[in-house]
Amino acid sequence: MFDGLDFETAGGEALALVGHNGAGKTSLLRLIAGLLVPAAGTISFDGGEADTPVAEQAHYLGHRDALKPSLSVAENLAFWRDFLGGEPTDCGAAIAAVGLAHAAELPAAYLSAGQRRRLSIARLLVVRRPIWLLDEPTSALDVKGQALFAGLMQEHLASGGLIVAATHSPLGIQTREMRIGAAA
Amino acid sequence: MTALGAIIRRDVRIALRVGGGALIGVLFFLTVVVLMPFAVGPDLKLLQRLGPAILWLGALLASLLTLDRLFTADAEDGSLDLIVMSRTPLELTCAAKALAHWLAAGLPLIVATPVLGLLLNLDGTASLAVMATLLAGTPALTFTGMIGAALAVTLRRGGLLMAVLVLPLAIPVLIFGVAASQAAITGPVPFGTPFSILCALSLASLVVGPFAAAASLRHGLD
Repeated sequence: MFDGLDFETAGGEALALVGHNGAGKTSLLRLIAGLLVPAAGTISFDGGEADTPVAEQAHYLGHRDALKPSLSVAENLAFWRDFLGGEPTDCGAAIAAVGLAHAAELPAAYLSAGQRRRLSIARLLVVRRPIWLLDEPTSALDVKGQALFAGLMQEHLASGGLIVAATHSPLGIQTREMRIGAAA
Repeated sequence: MTALGAIIRRDVRIALRVGGGALIGVLFFLTVVVLMPFAVGPDLKLLQRLGPAILWLGALLASLLTLDRLFTADAEDGSLDLIVMSRTPLELTCAAKALAHWLAAGLPLIVATPVLGLLLNLDGTASLAVMATLLAGTPALTFTGMIGAALAVTLRRGGLLMAVLVLPLAIPVLIFGVAASQAAITGPVPFGTPFSILCALSLASLVVGPFAAAASLRHGLD
């Protein structure tokens, strides 16, 4: 799919992957996340925890929200916090940060697409990881939600984090663009 | 450990909630066993002789019924990606998921067995024997079935394929499960021999199942 792709990015920087549909933005993110195995080449991460694969230091926010409809908002988040090895903190703060405090006890089945997206963004806050891999993160978010998420990304970058996002629409933060695929 | 505890808690909780599927298995088991005396007729001797086989067959089919969703549900909503990425070894996660499935879907079958045994003219000892063999044998069904469930993830409508793949592995469990129950009820073979083989099958599947399922999940990622 890719040939001769060589790029690097550093902490505090957001890299926006742009390209036409099918250019391989999602595939590249999944490669970094370790969900696809590269046919050739390497992906490496300096700093962070030594001897830990990139995938384990990254958050992957894909097209699908990884939520269970029969569990409540708080239960969904608490599960990912425990499973991904987060500090056993209260999820309330993260739920409030994405503006879902009023729905914390509702089953996730009742959430709208935008609210589901907000809840999966809360997952990024409840477990700290230096790398955020975001696939069309702002789709389904309303204008307020996009502004809120831009603020959260800004905070993540300010604390030395790194963002790689595949996107068509501007994220609302300072990004470096990388175009992949043939220019169409 | 927190991670594995979290996944067991989550899966059991989902299974027990409305639409979760834990009850489907028990209801299916109940239906099969309740209908059987009507089909076989009122011959109490015959029912007693067929009893353990009917209970085992019902339990086997009931535990396969819900197993195909073990990984598919997680694959569909994207949870599987995060599970594969996480630092918890995938083999352990698979084992935890199978354990949760057994707790939510296998254990209720065993609890229901003595009640259903009454319908098949099984006395106390016979019911206890069947319960013991189910307790020893159903983990083998879940852990080998998990391999099929992991293979079915990559295929749409993989349920049928799963049944075809898993049933051959379930046959030895069925043979020794029924043999041990019969031995306890009528003899002449001592109960211990087939029962130990049944335990061995379960223990082997506890080891092989998670590794095979994890390998298949890793291979099937797209």
